[in-house]
Amino acid sequence: MSADAGRAAGEAADGVAGGAAVGPAGGLAVGDVVAERTVHLTREDLVRYAGASGDFNPIHYRDDVAASVGLPGVLAHGMLTMGVAVQPVVDWAGGPGRILDYGVRFTRPVVVDAHAGVDLVVTARVGALDDAVARVDLTVTAGGESVLGRAQVRVSLA
Amino acid sequence: MPVNPQLQGRVFPPTEPYLVGREKIREFSRAVRATHPTHLDLDAARAAGYADLVAPPTFAVVVQERSLDRLLTDPDAGIDLAHVVHGEQRFAFSRPIVAGDELVGTLTVTSVKTLGATSMVTAESVVADVAGGHVVTAVSTLVVRGEDA
Repeated sequence: MSADAGRAAGEAADGVAGGAAVGPAGGLAVGDVVAERTVHLTREDLVRYAGASGDFNPIHYRDDVAASVGLPGVLAHGMLTMGVAVQPVVDWAGGPGRILDYGVRFTRPVVVDAHAGVDLVVTARVGALDDAVARVDLTVTAGGESVLGRAQVRVSLA
Repeated sequence: MPVNPQLQGRVFPPTEPYLVGREKIREFSRAVRATHPTHLDLDAARAAGYADLVAPPTFAVVVQERSLDRLLTDPDAGIDLAHVVHGEQRFAFSRPIVAGDELVGTLTVTSVKTLGATSMVTAESVVADVAGGHVVTAVSTLVVRGEDA
């Protein structure tokens, strides 16, 4: 399949099931930005994640508790940031089944203001490539500062 | 109390099977803004070759958490949850988690490093289905701050 055919099939399959010909097919190079997304998080999102994940640590919804342990404010769960950040790659890759491996370092807390919330800005770039696997490197910032380190997703191209 | 250095190499007993629910996958997907159709739409998941809805990659943490609990609540471990910060997280998949899976996690403490008042504890949870097939290995590094840190 040519690169153009791959792209066309990918567009056609977009929003349908995890079709084989989405994103990664053809024409990929190291350094390519494959996805970008800005996600706005509010306190409501933290409560929703607490319920969905079972992580009810009060530093993620109570200002008084966060202050009492010396934090700059209520923080997003690290696993919420990690979970949100991979989604543009899942969509690009053509579904969750293509994710082979995903790892991050939590380098800076994400403070979620009670009124303003916070924007997470995700950029996904091809960091390494062979015939079968692309390593996609994520840059994730909040308030202009990087919050994840060595955030890498290995995506099956097969 | 410092983290017990003898934790390194310790293997904890497997967790009770966790049954992955279809609505739990929808709920978790909404929470992490996962919108791929295989997370939400049964027909799309089946068309893609899965028996049921597919969980987002980081859903594995829900199963891992149960095995990590065994470490964090072990009085011998010397880990005070109030002083724990999540340092690193990684998932390595053999296949994605699908609704209907019954999953068991077995936790091994692979490394304990202490520098001054701070310890880094790395724990690996091997998550398998009840037939014994490997699904995902989840590795967490926890930073445990000492009282004076």
